[in-house]
Amino acid sequence: MDLTLRVWRQAGPDAPGGFETYQTADVNEGMSFLEMLDTLNERLIADGKEPIAFDSDCREGICGSCGIMIDGQAHGPQRGTATCQLHMRQYSDGDEIVVEPFRAAAFPIVKDLVVDRSALDRIMEAGGYITVPTGSAPDANLIPVPKEDAELSMDAAACIGCGACVAACPNGAANLFTGAKIGHLNLLPQGQPERYQRAQNMVDVMEEYFGSCSNHAECEIACPKNISIDFIARMNRDYLKSKFRNRKE
Amino acid sequence: MELDAKVPAGPIQDKWDQHRFDMKLVNPNNKRRFTVIIIGTGLAGASAAATLGELGYQVKAFTFHDSARRAHSIAAQGGINAAKNYRNDGDSVYRLFYDTVKGGDYRSREANVYRLAQVSNEIIDQCAAQGVPFAREYGGLLDNRSFGGAQVSRTFYARGQTGQQLLLGGYQAMERQVRTGAVQLYNRSEMLDVVTVDGRAVGVVVRDLLTGEVTSHAGHAVVLATGGYSNVFYLSTNAKNSNVTAIWRAHRKGALFANPCYTQIHPTCIPQSDEHQSKLTLMSESLRNDGRIWVPANPDDDRSPDQIPVDERDYYLERRYPAFGNLVPRDVASRNAKMMIDEGKGVGERHNGVYLDFNNSIDRLGSGAISSRYGNLFEMYERITGEDPYQIPMRIYPAPHYTMGGLWVDYNLSTSIPGLYAIGEANFSDHGANRLGASALMQGLADGYFVLPYTIGDYLAPLLGEQLLPADHEAFGEAEADVRGRVEGMLAVRGTRSVDWFHRELGKIMWDYCGMARSRPGLEKALSEIPALREEFLTDVRVLGENESLNQSLEKAGRVADFFELAELMCVDALHREESCGGHFRDEHQTEEGEALRDDDLFSYVAAWEFGGRGRPATLHKEDLHFEYVKLAQRSYK
Repeated sequence: MDLTLRVWRQAGPDAPGGFETYQTADVNEGMSFLEMLDTLNERLIADGKEPIAFDSDCREGICGSCGIMIDGQAHGPQRGTATCQLHMRQYSDGDEIVVEPFRAAAFPIVKDLVVDRSALDRIMEAGGYITVPTGSAPDANLIPVPKEDAELSMDAAACIGCGACVAACPNGAANLFTGAKIGHLNLLPQGQPERYQRAQNMVDVMEEYFGSCSNHAECEIACPKNISIDFIARMNRDYLKSKFRNRKE
Repeated sequence: MELDAKVPAGPIQDKWDQHRFDMKLVNPNNKRRFTVIIIGTGLAGASAAATLGELGYQVKAFTFHDSARRAHSIAAQGGINAAKNYRNDGDSVYRLFYDTVKGGDYRSREANVYRLAQVSNEIIDQCAAQGVPFAREYGGLLDNRSFGGAQVSRTFYARGQTGQQLLLGGYQAMERQVRTGAVQLYNRSEMLDVVTVDGRAVGVVVRDLLTGEVTSHAGHAVVLATGGYSNVFYLSTNAKNSNVTAIWRAHRKGALFANPCYTQIHPTCIPQSDEHQSKLTLMSESLRNDGRIWVPANPDDDRSPDQIPVDERDYYLERRYPAFGNLVPRDVASRNAKMMIDEGKGVGERHNGVYLDFNNSIDRLGSGAISSRYGNLFEMYERITGEDPYQIPMRIYPAPHYTMGGLWVDYNLSTSIPGLYAIGEANFSDHGANRLGASALMQGLADGYFVLPYTIGDYLAPLLGEQLLPADHEAFGEAEADVRGRVEGMLAVRGTRSVDWFHRELGKIMWDYCGMARSRPGLEKALSEIPALREEFLTDVRVLGENESLNQSLEKAGRVADFFELAELMCVDALHREESCGGHFRDEHQTEEGEALRDDDLFSYVAAWEFGGRGRPATLHKEDLHFEYVKLAQRSYK
């Protein structure tokens, strides 16, 4: 199929950017979206033009490296699908596709479609863990976890840290990302001792970098792992409680 | 060079305990005087960084990813083995040890494998305490599943995302140490050389991928946790950026490279769909628990699978290996799939797959049960192929997946360069010639959490008081100049073909001649074609752009240059090993039934290669393998 691509090109963080238009030929429906870009890049190189920079690694939808706004949607039109798992059978001959980097104040552009998402790591450092120094753990079966809790925790833990939730949010909020990690750990018995400190620390750091949630729920639609905004509600509950529990005289 | 594996004396079950007692310790207050550099933040690297940070060492960790959490361990699907015997089905440390040595086709070091089995249980404890959401029974206790090469259920799992969850556990533990300042984390930073002084590793040279800046970092010890090199085949299940550069650079500095030809071709991947394909996608081995593998008995049978009656299907694994059936080890499953396709029985448009059929299991258990076990894998399959595996059997074919070879290490995980350690897939130590499913995660975490943190102390203790090399030391200056020269050299070629073009061509040579089946004429052909293609690469590659900003072609060019050198060594190793064992199958050496035929008299050793210098052949060093506990036998899964 032949497609028209309008792609955001930007040489560096401080360089001006703009859309370039490319015609692609020889795209077949079995290709992934990134393979379509690979093919375009091969042609650009042959023509002596710099290829389009974009992040990708595992190409199995699990590492969270890739992430592109496709026609204004983070990761494109298919629900529950990361950019690398989007295949060209979703498109038809003659389509025009607009390709941009993830847009959020907390994700400065590095080059073309590549952004800097390290603010998400700052949130994790603030409390996205259970303190258990190596060697200090009891036998694994000494801590039974009700199956339902383990399953729900796993639903949240499935987050791949791609940042689509932030890119999709009109406020550039990271509440779904943060809520997912707090939900994962706070649902488990192992996570209880640090539960409220975790909620407070992670939310406080989140608010340093990201916008505020106003319940648009765009994040849930964009999430390649279908993580529910219920986890934002759980986070808000724990954060609110933390304000009382963590109060120091 | 004399190869001393430094395996402690004594009965195998006491070696590690005794060794832990014998090793020198670093006093808690002195640990902060030592700087340890860790390259790579996958399971092995992150778990080592977290643990060393907790112990009080100063850790500098480097990753070329934008975040440590992206390391390719994240993509491991199926599970992690441990000898817990929670199923009460006869498992034990000894059985896990035995299965792993046998699964590796008797080409691994017994003492290392025994230690791996010993610490496997602690890993599960550690990960469960970290909040890894392992699958549970209704009573709240941990669930298990079966994997290939074992007759017990010892695999712990978190849906089809076990690697992701274990990596996040390690990454989170490391981020905790980043917060405390014990670990300094450098992202988008690629190690391009190891620096040695007087034969000891003293630091690394790193390129900042965003600015092109080349800097040196000094450490009392350097740990490489940079994964495997399956991407030498171009098409593999590895992530696009996985590469051999870190360990290859160490090899060029004197670290021996062991068993480079031992590569694992994973039996259950989605077959290639066209020439533009950028990578292959794995479907977890766990699918073989409930899926049955078959091909049409008649090569000319073009009917759709549901139209082919059962008696006209060949369930070839069940037929040939009744005891293990669809759960034979990976090398056996892969080779059999290749045999079927070579016989013209391949299915799908390109006739390049075999069926993995869930029909019987869906009838027996209901589609709900199948969905709860493999739902995410089925969805992934459907997204990629456009076919619904609940209705139409999956099509699968083997693909390069894991490399058992890697830097040679002794029992302490030290390479042949003192102060330079290799952990996880980057070393060669535990899987012999074939890795069993769910053992990679176990080994990466064993090395990082429970082995290296002990053994590195033994090396560091006598160095107390020794200052780090200053950043302006001439050894760093030389290494930096060399790295800059290589980077600028790539940009200066301005040839006509892209890096990816050369990588694909190299991959085709490797897949055809050093893939699932190898022969002397084929390997000799590869050894004449690779240097020619490499020469063309060095004079005709086109790398556009500049060094001073993000330049992904430039990154790839450096990695592919190293793949070229590695590819030659793999073929040399494969050619010299005149036997078949595990993932290394030589056409000339097979039983009448087409099974791998080992030659224990001549080849029961680790082949550790010493870099020969530009244009000179590598030198072979042998570490003889002794089997005191496991009885050498022709593997049988019948």
